Amino acid sequence: MGRIERVGAAANRIRHHALNMGEVQGQGYVGQALGASDMLAAVYADQLRYRADDPEWEGRDRFLLSTGHYAIGHYAALAEAGIIPVEELESYGSDDSRLPMSGMSTYTPGMEISGGSLGHGLSIAVGIALGLRHRAHVGEGSSARVYNFLSDGELDEGSTWEAAMGAHHHQLGNLTAMVDINALQADGKTDTVLRTEPVTEKWEAFGWYTQRVDGNDVGALLAAFDNAAAQAAAVGRPSVILCDTKVGRGVPLLEEREKAHFMRIEEHEWQLCRKQLTAGSNGKAGR
Amino acid sequence: MTTVTASKGTAPKLKTSAMIASFADPGQKTSSAPFGHALVKAAEADPRIVGLTADLGKYTDMHIFAQAFPERFFQMGMAEQLLFGAAAGLAETGLVPFASTYSVFAARRAYDFLCLDIAEPNLNVNIVGGLPGLTTGYGPSHQATEDMAIFRGMPNLTIVDPCDSVDIEQAVPQLAASDGPTYLRLLRGNVPTVLDEYGYTFELGKAKVLRGGNDVVFVSSGLMTMRALQAAEALAAHKVDVAVVHAPTIKPFDAATVLAELNTDRLAVTLENHSVVGGLFETVASAVVTAGLGKRVVPVALPDAFLDAGALPTLHERYGLSVQRIVAKVLAELG
Repeated sequence: MGRIERVGAAANRIRHHALNMGEVQGQGYVGQALGASDMLAAVYADQLRYRADDPEWEGRDRFLLSTGHYAIGHYAALAEAGIIPVEELESYGSDDSRLPMSGMSTYTPGMEISGGSLGHGLSIAVGIALGLRHRAHVGEGSSARVYNFLSDGELDEGSTWEAAMGAHHHQLGNLTAMVDINALQADGKTDTVLRTEPVTEKWEAFGWYTQRVDGNDVGALLAAFDNAAAQAAAVGRPSVILCDTKVGRGVPLLEEREKAHFMRIEEHEWQLCRKQLTAGSNGKAGR
Repeated sequence: MTTVTASKGTAPKLKTSAMIASFADPGQKTSSAPFGHALVKAAEADPRIVGLTADLGKYTDMHIFAQAFPERFFQMGMAEQLLFGAAAGLAETGLVPFASTYSVFAARRAYDFLCLDIAEPNLNVNIVGGLPGLTTGYGPSHQATEDMAIFRGMPNLTIVDPCDSVDIEQAVPQLAASDGPTYLRLLRGNVPTVLDEYGYTFELGKAKVLRGGNDVVFVSSGLMTMRALQAAEALAAHKVDVAVVHAPTIKPFDAATVLAELNTDRLAVTLENHSVVGGLFETVASAVVTAGLGKRVVPVALPDAFLDAGALPTLHERYGLSVQRIVAKVLAELG
């Protein structure tokens, strides 16, 4: 199996996990999880260095989920990575579960930060990237990289841009940000809530190595990571991959539904969603 | 420093170049930038210590550390959310950050970052806030009169309100060594040296009885302990015998030591460089009530108000923090 097929198959499993978790809650951030599954698969199945049996391993790359409510997708990716057991996913959002609705580092193995108050992740990522580089300089560190996943809604937050300036100023070539641009936020479409475009030009102006890709195209995502490693890291430039994604991607029923931040899915629809996902992925792995 | 000028037709008015103002009395023994030097010393012993600031290195004495350890100092720019988010990130990699800005910005502007990125995961990040309470004449934009009220509700956070250079020098290594997050109400520049004359040592989480007295007991923190000691001397001339208990750790609060002193028939007075709302007075009051002591406590504190701009001596007199005002209040209470 080629690299793209392997990552595509991982994305497909992440989507199935997300649907199963969504069914447990009867609702939730399934749409975002489906939209971001290819990004999460590219990270966990291709980019990250980690030890599934030792999530705190010092040499690990750090993946920071800033967008806390995407935890459903992140848990699915952690299960795909073998960091948490697949069977545990059904506890998502239940009392005493290690998998709360909004991701928290103190609850879940492999969850580096507590996201959820949006616009925090990139600032923490700057500190971790600085810290890892500092420790490497004094001979006790590794070449670990830091990946920060954030949403386009988080571009509303001024702190994101404080961090963007800080990363450029400190020449953090070990930092990659991934922005999920699904053009949707809590109160509606992004361009009606607070216009963030032109997003590409903004990141370029902040000094980042900037690429914009179809975030549901595994091949394009992997190429973007390769470019970032080749062209940005070496010259100490932080890198951002702007990923245009489709909410509900992979399940036509949800792709076509009126877009909502918190999607409601009827009891009888879950099986249909799974069927559509399975049908769509047959012969289309990687897309 | 304050200067006196005579303007036409009015009484002489004090002026202040408030950014470099010191609350040290003329001729008082002081120590220069005790925080910066203490941090350098601590960092020599502990390679995990790093320093950050948000464009206020020179104004929080962090520049001393930056000069000594340029490779361990990170300038984050005038970006307090980044400052505390990045401090959390540095701590996540096993380093021990000291992050400085003004108290107003730490408490008001970047609270969410301090709360969720630092306090919730209980990281060893040490927040250093300059200009606590009424230590600048710049008005409400710079006067952190309610910083302790804001921070006391934050779980996991240790709050330290030092009196002088002795407190600061001894506190810094203890803050670095303690596991969770801390907030230090920084006194910067030429900081009075007071507590060396009382056989005192700073212990994180402990209140200390600095002097005994039969008529009145002062419970104080921060620079108001210096004023409390001065007021106790002045009250002796009025045949009033005053005990002084210094409680530099506001949270967790050493209720046992303080309550043992308050559980007498002496007049009880709290003294703090902070609003009467949510600071030392209310910390003591809640300890008293929780213990079931039916004890009246008189606060010396800043009013629940946005304060004036002006020279510090003028403002301390106006808002009741001066020795003269403390003495008058105690004498009035004693009738």
